[in-house]
Amino acid sequence: MIAHKSFKIIVTLTLAFALLPFLAFASADPVENETEEKFNPTDMILHHIGDSHGWHFFGKGDNSFTLPLPVILWTENGLVTFMSSEFHHDTEGEYIVEKDGMSFVNYHETIYKLEDGAETVVFDEEHHPQNASAPLDLSITKNVAAMFLTVILMIWFFFGLAGFHKKNEHAPKGFNNVLETLVLFVRDEIAKPQIGEKKYMKFMPFLLTVFFFIWITNLLGLLPGAANVTGNIAVTVSLGLFTLALIVMNGNKDYWKHVFWMPGIPTFVKPILAVVEVLGVFIKPIALMIRLFANITAGHIIILSLLGLIFILESAGVAGISVPFALFITILELLVAFLQAFIFTMLSALFIGMAVAEHEHH
Amino acid sequence: MDLITPEFGLFFWQTIVFLVLIFIMAKFAWRPILGAVNKREESINDALASAEEARKEMQNLKADNEQLLKEARAERDAILKEAREIKEKIIAEATEDAQKKADRIVTQAQENIKLEKQAAMTELKNHVATLSIEIAEKVIRKELSSDEKQHQMIEKMLGDVSTLN
Repeated sequence: MIAHKSFKIIVTLTLAFALLPFLAFASADPVENETEEKFNPTDMILHHIGDSHGWHFFGKGDNSFTLPLPVILWTENGLVTFMSSEFHHDTEGEYIVEKDGMSFVNYHETIYKLEDGAETVVFDEEHHPQNASAPLDLSITKNVAAMFLTVILMIWFFFGLAGFHKKNEHAPKGFNNVLETLVLFVRDEIAKPQIGEKKYMKFMPFLLTVFFFIWITNLLGLLPGAANVTGNIAVTVSLGLFTLALIVMNGNKDYWKHVFWMPGIPTFVKPILAVVEVLGVFIKPIALMIRLFANITAGHIIILSLLGLIFILESAGVAGISVPFALFITILELLVAFLQAFIFTMLSALFIGMAVAEHEHH
Repeated sequence: MDLITPEFGLFFWQTIVFLVLIFIMAKFAWRPILGAVNKREESINDALASAEEARKEMQNLKADNEQLLKEARAERDAILKEAREIKEKIIAEATEDAQKKADRIVTQAQENIKLEKQAAMTELKNHVATLSIEIAEKVIRKELSSDEKQHQMIEKMLGDVSTLN
């Protein structure tokens, strides 16, 4: 009975959150008409799926509601930090921030250090800045902040479950039970079948962390105004490299033998196959990176495109069709959020399992 | 192109955050959780195993009981059989004994009858003899009631004796 009730609540909340972005769009609409700017769907979509130095919620220009985030730059003169609000919501490279005797501008979310005397960034035909350079940007961007949010949620959820287990012997109830079921799902459906009963325990911390990190981040990414963390190639590259590192560090003699000198085939084929296999070692995690990035980004692009149709066609009537479609896609994305976390974890476990497998020699 | 160019800053933070996350989650969440779950699963397995053992023991006990019951039943049957045999033997012996006793009584009775008969016969003979003597006395007395007759008698007897010689 309780489970049924909480399911209803979850569904209601999901629908509420799924509908919220439309409200945000509605409020953004008149502003754009007032300025008589032509609506550019590409810019709008790229803005929404891209990273930024502040966490923008709604509004435009100085009226917008944006959470300022710290900008951390490593320049040739050392570390420079200031809040993103100092740019005053400018992303066109017009507003200059003076700090430690250096001038910075934010041009399309890339921060440039202007050379002395320069007022604005000048680009050549190949889009290389002529009078400015981009310092190493280690800012806590919107995506990093969202990542921290996921970390806080994970710590809150699972430290709670661990605390429960410290005090109790019996199975948990309610939300802790859901979490434990998911942990057991990763263990029994992913780790054990792919890696094997003997060695799976060593990889459980990585698999559990990656599964819940991707899933929670995916779900948070569906909230209105949220960051598109798992749909960012830098994040997925990092995650994929973790899998690659685990494969390389834990691959046993047998695995490397199969990569470099495949047994049981004619000798002249062995070098050719070695090239293919070595490429395969890298392609596997690259496929993981691209799959997660592309799936999450594509989902966001579809939703934004459907809603963008309203503004492209400049007719509120289109909303009658595109809003239900976007809603449908959003609900589909809830499924994709889980599916991608599952696939990433599953394939990581599979690749690790291949690397640590004990082969039976015939 | 921004979309598919990894930004170093984000990559840097993701790697650091994720590495730290793995370690703290492993130490403070995953290990305690998995440890507790494993412990619970083991205790469930133990409980199941002991339940299975108890069930087997129960079965053994039941089998033992049945064996005991069977033995008891066999013993009872044996005792009953023995009792029946004893009873029959006793009856047979008693019958035989009675027969013998009866035979002996009959024999004794017959002998008694025989003895009684003999006694009776002897008595009768004695009686007859007495009676005969009395009669003879009476007759003799009558015969020898006079001297003459006595003489006659003596004569006669003497005559007999002489003839005999």
